[in-house]
Amino acid sequence: MTIHERDIDKLCVLARLAIDPDDRRHAQRDLEGIIAMIDALADVATESIEPLAHPLDATQRLRPDEVTERVERNALQQIAPAVRDGLYLVPRVIE
Amino acid sequence: MNPVATLTDLAAGLTAGDFSSVELIRYYLDRIERLDAHYNSFITVTGELALAQAAAADARLHAGNATPLTGLPIAHKDIFCTRGVRTTCGSRMLDNFIAPYDATAVASLATAGVVMLGKTNMDEFAMGSSCETSFYGPVHNPWDTSRVPGGSSGGSAAAVAAGLTPAATGTDTGGSIRQPAALTGICGLKPTYGAVSRYGMVAFASSLDQGGPMARSVADIALLFDAMAGFDAKDSTSAVRDAADLAAAQGAATSGQRLTIGLPKEYFGVLADTAFARVYDEARRTLEALGHRFVEVSLPHTPFAVPTYYVIASAEASTNLARYDGVRYGYRCAAPTGLTDLYERSRSEGFGREVKRRILTGTYALSVGYFDAYYLKAQRVRRLIRDDFTKAFETVDALLAPTAPGTAFPIGQISDPVEMYQQDVFTVPASLAGIPALAVPCGFHQGLPVGMQLMGAHFNEPRLLALGGAFQRATDWHLRTPNLPG
Repeated sequence: MTIHERDIDKLCVLARLAIDPDDRRHAQRDLEGIIAMIDALADVATESIEPLAHPLDATQRLRPDEVTERVERNALQQIAPAVRDGLYLVPRVIE
Repeated sequence: MNPVATLTDLAAGLTAGDFSSVELIRYYLDRIERLDAHYNSFITVTGELALAQAAAADARLHAGNATPLTGLPIAHKDIFCTRGVRTTCGSRMLDNFIAPYDATAVASLATAGVVMLGKTNMDEFAMGSSCETSFYGPVHNPWDTSRVPGGSSGGSAAAVAAGLTPAATGTDTGGSIRQPAALTGICGLKPTYGAVSRYGMVAFASSLDQGGPMARSVADIALLFDAMAGFDAKDSTSAVRDAADLAAAQGAATSGQRLTIGLPKEYFGVLADTAFARVYDEARRTLEALGHRFVEVSLPHTPFAVPTYYVIASAEASTNLARYDGVRYGYRCAAPTGLTDLYERSRSEGFGREVKRRILTGTYALSVGYFDAYYLKAQRVRRLIRDDFTKAFETVDALLAPTAPGTAFPIGQISDPVEMYQQDVFTVPASLAGIPALAVPCGFHQGLPVGMQLMGAHFNEPRLLALGGAFQRATDWHLRTPNLPG
């Protein structure tokens, strides 16, 4: 499998990563190596095998629909990079 | 005081009144301050907090309401959230992150009276097998400081091996407790998936991540596991276990069952170095002399474990790490020009190269057109790998295997990611199967420690701890120490 620079660019858009040209070449070479390694999976016959999402086959546990937690907005916003009046600040998205 | 004393020894000293917890903690804080420049095993040392916790522990010891762990020191891997003390996960992304709560594992140990010395260095976001990817610089192996301690819990492993703490916590997604334990000559337990709560443990790959203890002896591992394990409603994947099982974890470490132990041929068959392989023959003979019987078993899908792991772990990592957006906590780039720029530059400047590599790999495996070929395929092979173990445990009580394919390698030696991923060849199968695995020192090769791995069926920790404990009563590999500076 050949990975092109445009493939890296597409993955970077999906993953919200900016990557400089030098790193892009590294990433391209590394990803080709990693994909060659994981392509070995194609050799395993898995036609009738169900995917395993949880090693103990557990399913999602449910709890009674009761309020047990409070939102600690002030405490949680202490560690935010930019807040005002209880709101998280981001660059303007609507002009 | 002996820097490489076990928790069991130190507990006896506290009970006998040979020293107080405050004296014990001062001793280790002093060692960390004087010696950690050689190893870089700590990211944060919490001296003041430790002395306050030690004073409280001394009060409990005097009042007679202490647990077996009260007043003993521990270091937490810097992946466990600690209220009021920063949790970096070895990343610039979380360099300024102070969690508003404690991880359940941290809280459980604190409730038992264990004193936190500080937070240990690690591969960034636990992604690595050498502790070279940390934002805070590489960790050095106490047996040879030009070599790696393994990873990702390499700071915890190096700190225990160097006698800077008698015990530490670690996390294991694909071998991150067991491989560093092996490379530094200490013990480490990766419990059954769900046995120790993941609440407050920074997420890497949620279907694989599992916290566990690292210490000098199996008896110490049993003590710590007893305090760390248990159901936690705050972790949606926490396993519901029988209370009797948990109580047995400590008691079983002294029982004398004769077991049938499997030697997986796919593991031993790929060991290239015969002198290295002979260390395991010696360990087998020791266990045979204790009355255990060995048979060869086959785990036929073993060669596919590394590719399966790197698809699943990278896919889950790319999803988990989507939360780092420069908005709610963690690193935020300077002067963003727009929302996309804020996301992209915060993530690109905050994450290191290996983390970005895994995010890109995971994004690729989950993207349109590849999801079935990679992610679903890997989940199907994961079932085959788990079923190999289930079948093996129909005829054997436990498995013995190498922990790592070799001893500690020089810092900077492995630069190719695929070559580095091969370090995990013997540890990822148990992670994928969710079974417990205990790393125990079993000898030396060219002056460096070698570890074996005992694997058991789900929730068979008591049996593994009993077996490892019996091995350590017959050997002294775990008591060997590197040359430590004064």
